[in-house]
Amino acid sequence: MPQIELAGKTYEVDEDGFLQELDKWNEEFAQAYAHTEDIDGTLTEEHWKIINYLRNYFQQFGIAPMVRKVCKDNGIDMKKLYELFPTGPAKGACKLAGLSKPTGCV
Amino acid sequence: MAESKTPLLDELETGKWPSFVKEMKQAAEKNPMARDLLDQLELSYKDKIGHWKHGGIVGVKGYGSGVIGRYSDRPDLFPNVQAFHTLRVNHPTGWFYKTDALRNLCDVWDKHGSGLTNMHGSTGDAILLGTRTEHLQSCFDDLSDAGFDLGGSGSALRTPSACVGPGRCEWACIDSLDVCYNITMSYQDKIHRPMFPYKFKIKVAACSNDCVASIARSDLSIIGTWKGDIQIDQNEVLAYAPTIDIQKEVCDLCPTRCMEWNGKELKIYNEDCNRCMHCINLMPKALRPGKEKGATILIGGKAPILQGALLSWVIVPFMKLEPPYTELKDLIERIQDWWDENAKSRERLGELIKRLGMRVFLRAVGLPAVPQMVKAPRTNPYVFFWPEEIKKEVK
Repeated sequence: MPQIELAGKTYEVDEDGFLQELDKWNEEFAQAYAHTEDIDGTLTEEHWKIINYLRNYFQQFGIAPMVRKVCKDNGIDMKKLYELFPTGPAKGACKLAGLSKPTGCV
Repeated sequence: MAESKTPLLDELETGKWPSFVKEMKQAAEKNPMARDLLDQLELSYKDKIGHWKHGGIVGVKGYGSGVIGRYSDRPDLFPNVQAFHTLRVNHPTGWFYKTDALRNLCDVWDKHGSGLTNMHGSTGDAILLGTRTEHLQSCFDDLSDAGFDLGGSGSALRTPSACVGPGRCEWACIDSLDVCYNITMSYQDKIHRPMFPYKFKIKVAACSNDCVASIARSDLSIIGTWKGDIQIDQNEVLAYAPTIDIQKEVCDLCPTRCMEWNGKELKIYNEDCNRCMHCINLMPKALRPGKEKGATILIGGKAPILQGALLSWVIVPFMKLEPPYTELKDLIERIQDWWDENAKSRERLGELIKRLGMRVFLRAVGLPAVPQMVKAPRTNPYVFFWPEEIKKEVK
């Protein structure tokens, strides 16, 4: 498994850069990792709202929410979601939120 | 001569059919990725298992779909295919190319990828097989410059495709090429940014021969048809008479038996014709589709997972299709909205309709129930009524 170093700590990730030990997630991880998903500078309040929402949902239900639900519950549309996370909700947002990798017929 | 590293695959260079092994070996002369792919495939033939790891999430900026990530599970043996991602490139409708377009595509792919392709994937895309993560964005940028865009993947609208239609077929009842292109351009956002509960495919066939297999391989099938009479040229029918047994091969095989042949004249009782195309297929010079043309819209086709395979079934028996296809697009959007709102995660449209029922679906998208939607009425008496229907009865 590849390892990456972010903000002075080492994390195990898979080839696509998804965190392997989910309990190791912390806010510094998300912030230091953001630039690899084409997010420049500091994560804004809007970013954190989505990240925290994803984490809460994942903790509660054990899966990532459907895209429509993310948009509805956070009062944003797809366009805004891609403005915040240019690589998309699955590759971008879920990765920063430390969720396990989306699977299926992608 | 050195011993071959791929004895099992070499067997597949013999025989009459064009050999994919030959193609791959040609590519391997130029490209180490193709070489390692051959060697990994040989190992798979030996082990009888695939040697790709589960999944892979990669992509290009701004898009959530179009790239399928893939990693070898033996990067120690085959380092050049450690990452071997696939790019789906939206094909020109009907797969008509000029050589300069194909040359451009090849130049981009020789520069960024393995040089191997699949022309085409079953959904229709031109498939570029095998590149590394760091090449994805630059490859996409070069593709864009060459006039190509990515196709769909994931829980998105997949790349729509169509038969060659009026491009070179006299039976085309609709301009399948234009319908497909128009839909593709109208729904770019839905193709590139997965927003649905699951995948959604649209295919357009210009007549019921269905040369893109839309009825089996798309959630929304658009199939050209006509109203009114089949056009008959009796002289041409007579010209066929010496070469085919019109009574036996045409009239007796008509599924609704709506044709009569007395040796001089062919008669069709068009009100009983179900426009199966058989007679037209057999006598293309003599018979043509009717003049009032349009399409039948069908819904729900899918492969077995999870609830069993479905062929699409009729929801609109006849719809006129002319640019800008407002009626069609309104319907598509109502259907997708209802599905998006009601489906469970990874539930295809056909399965959602099976779960909630046609009456709920029809009411939600504003379509009337008509006899053409069913092969036979239900045989059980477990009928639901809407509450307002019951009040009416009681009064």
